[in-house]
Amino acid sequence: MYTIEGKTGKWELVIGLEVHCEILSKSKVFSGASAAFGGEQNTQVSFIDAAFPGMLPKVNEYCIEQCVKTGMGLNAQINKYSRFDRKNYFYADLPQGYQISQLYHPIVGEGFIEVTTADGTRKIGVERLHLEQDAGKSIHDMHPSKTLIDLNRSGVGLMEIVSKPDMHSPEEAGEYLRQLRAIVRALGTCDGNMDEGSMRCDVNISVRPVGETGLRARAEVKNVNSVRFVMHAIEVEANRQIEIYENGGTIKQETRLYDSENGETRSMRTKENANDYRYFPDPDLLPVVLTDEYIENIRKNLPELPEVKKKRYIEQLGLPEYDAGILTADNETSAYFEAAAKGHDAKKVANWVMGDLFAYLNKECLPITKSPISSENLGALVGLIEDNTISGKIAKDVFVFMIETGKTPAEIVEEKGLKQTTDTGAIEAIIDEVLAANPDKVAEIKAGKDKLKGWFVGQIMKASQGKVNPAMANELLNKKLQ
Amino acid sequence: MTDLVNLTIADALDLLNKKEISSVDLTKAHIAEMEKGRVLNAFITETPDLALEQAKASDEKRANGSTLGALEGIPIANKDLYCTKGVRTTAASKILSNFVPPYESTVSQKLKDAGTVMLGKLNTDQFAMGGSTLTSYFGVTKNPWNLDLVPGGSSGGSAAAVSAGLCMGATGSDTGGSIRQPASFCGVTGIKPTYGRCSRYGIVAFASSLDQAGPMARTVKDCALMLGAMAGADDKDSTVADMPVPDYTQALTGDIKGKKIGIPKEYRLDGLNEDVQRIWDKGIQLLKDAGAEIVDISLPHTKYALPVYYIVACAEASSNLSRYDGVRYTTRVDGNSLDEMYENTRTDGFGDEVVRRILLGTFVLSAGFYDAYYTRAQRVRRLIYNDFVDAFKQVDAILVPAAPTPALSAEDMKNMKPVDVYAGDVFTTPASLAGVPGLSLPIGLSQNGLPIGLQVIGKHFDENTVFQVADVLEKMANFDKTPHRVKG
Amino acid sequence: MALNQETIKNLSTLSRLRLPQDREEKILSDLQSILDWVEQLKEVNIDGVEPLVSITQGNAPMRKDEVTDGGLQKELMMNAPEEIQGFYVVPKVVK
Repeated sequence: MYTIEGKTGKWELVIGLEVHCEILSKSKVFSGASAAFGGEQNTQVSFIDAAFPGMLPKVNEYCIEQCVKTGMGLNAQINKYSRFDRKNYFYADLPQGYQISQLYHPIVGEGFIEVTTADGTRKIGVERLHLEQDAGKSIHDMHPSKTLIDLNRSGVGLMEIVSKPDMHSPEEAGEYLRQLRAIVRALGTCDGNMDEGSMRCDVNISVRPVGETGLRARAEVKNVNSVRFVMHAIEVEANRQIEIYENGGTIKQETRLYDSENGETRSMRTKENANDYRYFPDPDLLPVVLTDEYIENIRKNLPELPEVKKKRYIEQLGLPEYDAGILTADNETSAYFEAAAKGHDAKKVANWVMGDLFAYLNKECLPITKSPISSENLGALVGLIEDNTISGKIAKDVFVFMIETGKTPAEIVEEKGLKQTTDTGAIEAIIDEVLAANPDKVAEIKAGKDKLKGWFVGQIMKASQGKVNPAMANELLNKKLQ
Repeated sequence: MTDLVNLTIADALDLLNKKEISSVDLTKAHIAEMEKGRVLNAFITETPDLALEQAKASDEKRANGSTLGALEGIPIANKDLYCTKGVRTTAASKILSNFVPPYESTVSQKLKDAGTVMLGKLNTDQFAMGGSTLTSYFGVTKNPWNLDLVPGGSSGGSAAAVSAGLCMGATGSDTGGSIRQPASFCGVTGIKPTYGRCSRYGIVAFASSLDQAGPMARTVKDCALMLGAMAGADDKDSTVADMPVPDYTQALTGDIKGKKIGIPKEYRLDGLNEDVQRIWDKGIQLLKDAGAEIVDISLPHTKYALPVYYIVACAEASSNLSRYDGVRYTTRVDGNSLDEMYENTRTDGFGDEVVRRILLGTFVLSAGFYDAYYTRAQRVRRLIYNDFVDAFKQVDAILVPAAPTPALSAEDMKNMKPVDVYAGDVFTTPASLAGVPGLSLPIGLSQNGLPIGLQVIGKHFDENTVFQVADVLEKMANFDKTPHRVKG
Repeated sequence: MALNQETIKNLSTLSRLRLPQDREEKILSDLQSILDWVEQLKEVNIDGVEPLVSITQGNAPMRKDEVTDGGLQKELMMNAPEEIQGFYVVPKVVK
């Protein structure tokens, strides 16, 4: 169990996450304006999104479907009856003066996400998923004395996924977030890009001495925009609270802001009673009622979830859990891997993807979809090793040529004459040459120093410029030395 | 020559179709009348140039045999709650006093498509909050029957303009009686259709679960003609009914023999105004004479309708009016911070009654009071709804007064307590909360010569029966429908 | 329920309205009398009664996920009290 050692003893963390995921839809959740990223200011805005007088919302059916899909990804209860409520507050980028959300009857109820850390695998409870609308953007740095408002994001569909206070370490919270991101990406309901703000996280943290069971007052740390920051924010906020308790202070429930530059959380000055949101059912909208048929139809067509895919990689492809986890982190990687591994040894292909390919892509900051080596070509490269056309060592060189030229590995091997030598006579000739050049070492082997055989194989490989099949070289060398 | 400003819509359509008159003539006559009637302060914005342009286009359509709308060439006016593209729409407020909508409300668009000509925008209580037009930023409208009296409200500008013959018909909107009560005060006819019959898209919202658009005119038939053009499904409003709109004029059969008309005992208030009681009794007698069967019924939760109405309507209003914040289309009074700007703008832009209702609505939704007030009100609303559903198992329609008094004096009303003012909605809020249609039509005069209307209430989406009963009542009451002209 | 100055202050803050001192008294007594009047709802038996949220029956009608709106920057700005290059403008918000 993760604990923090304080002056007075061990402290335990209680963590819950509220994650906002922008739905990948063409249009907004209650209007026909585009939900695409970018766009010149206030050009992707309808009179509905700008809350002009007399404007009325109408539900985007696709957004409902994405919530249901995501709910299934969270192993959650899909509520056949859900409804919209208004959350009332004033803010510059909230044109209606209220956000349409779902407090009383969310579309998705309780579920869980399986999270694996060094401590093992645990189910982290999901409290609910509800559908709501995003706000616009306030731009504070374009004018010395004014804040500018762009409503292009106003009204984009958001799924808010609220976990139970089930997590107890920064690692667990980080892993929950990674899993959640993998799920929405696999389902295609959200792109999961935290740096662009299409996935945002608020963290609820409280601490208690180990052994205590009740929940103490919590801090809500707002808008922490990467997995790393979430983990760090938890750590610093937990330590802050522990220090206050240990100095005899108390924690009041409040909203705090994470400052990644200074590595601290800061209290957000809020007006008293400013958080009375006066939720009530939105009279402009009717309930969303889903049929069993509708729900089952979505379930039938659900893409394979990361957790299921991971299990399949382990059980059917024989990959280690670590590899399976990495290769199923997003749809693009697993799609690339599966295409490359078709008809080849999965573990070998996994090594190439996670090794040389990732190293290159990371260095060049390329997504796997922009890989200069196609999945087919990487598979073919592994194929050439498997059928002894080239050695693993030569394959590394071929890989580099593939990146440079985009040619198939077969073409490169052919052009550069890299094909492995399997002609026994030719290999024996090379061996004879090497033996003849090192009579003293031959003598040592014959005197019993077997270790030198490896050195000879190396010399043989060197003399053949790597084109000799190492297994054959070894076998023939043994014969000669008998 | 025919007196163009005394015609009903139905008669004018007849003459237009026979080419005995033109829309331009008809429109010019009403523009002249609108100018003469300025003392009433019925219009916030007059659009005579636009009207003449539309009238000309309408006459051309008639001349070259194009397909005509159901109200082709008829000059009407819109309550200033309907957003009209390119024509200022104020909701009778300061905060929207400069707002020119870049879009048209569905209902006013449907009326345009039906060939109507728009003379201008009519006064109302600010954001439709009131029963007198006293809360209008643009001043009170005067009752054409007596200039010291209010026309009722909130659709008081509409009622006064129709009553005085400044336009042939007008749109109104009704949240808790805002069509039916002014119709009664000014001696005109108006119907609040079933909630969901007309689209709310583009109508400045007061209380979304109650607001309904409806027509006001001088006869039942004219209202039937107008509602036929205004009602119907709309992709832009999730709460509007996706049901075909019947030809309401077909319901005017003149025969209600055997129809069962309910008279709810709860509407017989202690100390009810004698004139109102007398007119109600007269209406009951007329229906009997027409062969209808009068049935005593009970709507047990009637007395709770007013408080339920004020809780629900104010709660929704407090949220609906949050968008008027000084950022996008309202007036603005600057401040040093965002919140200061909000407060300055809203304090300056809203009148007292609006402020009162926003505060009340905020209170009933606030933490700790939500269940005790708002949820409780919604539950009692269900009981009121059930009262009507049960009653309509026994009867085809219900006849009650439209207002507890004839028109009141503006001076008196200014000094009334809010709760006493609210009591004026006692006969109209129950049907609003239940969502059933209610039509108010003038039946007779008070001893002081003021018009008094009765209300025919029908089942959900059964406007046909409402029109059918009201039409018979209208013919038998024989109320003088000649416009009540203001001496120029 | 007895209202006090503090409640009124809170309500006016929540609804972004400022009540001048002279108006505050009047509003307080108006609201108080309205609340006293709605107290009568407490006598109604509402056990097991579902709140009525909407008169319209049935499910929310849905839109297809298509881009059918937008490109209205000019129209959006037409009535704006202040505009900078197609942005709405408010006093500087300090985060």
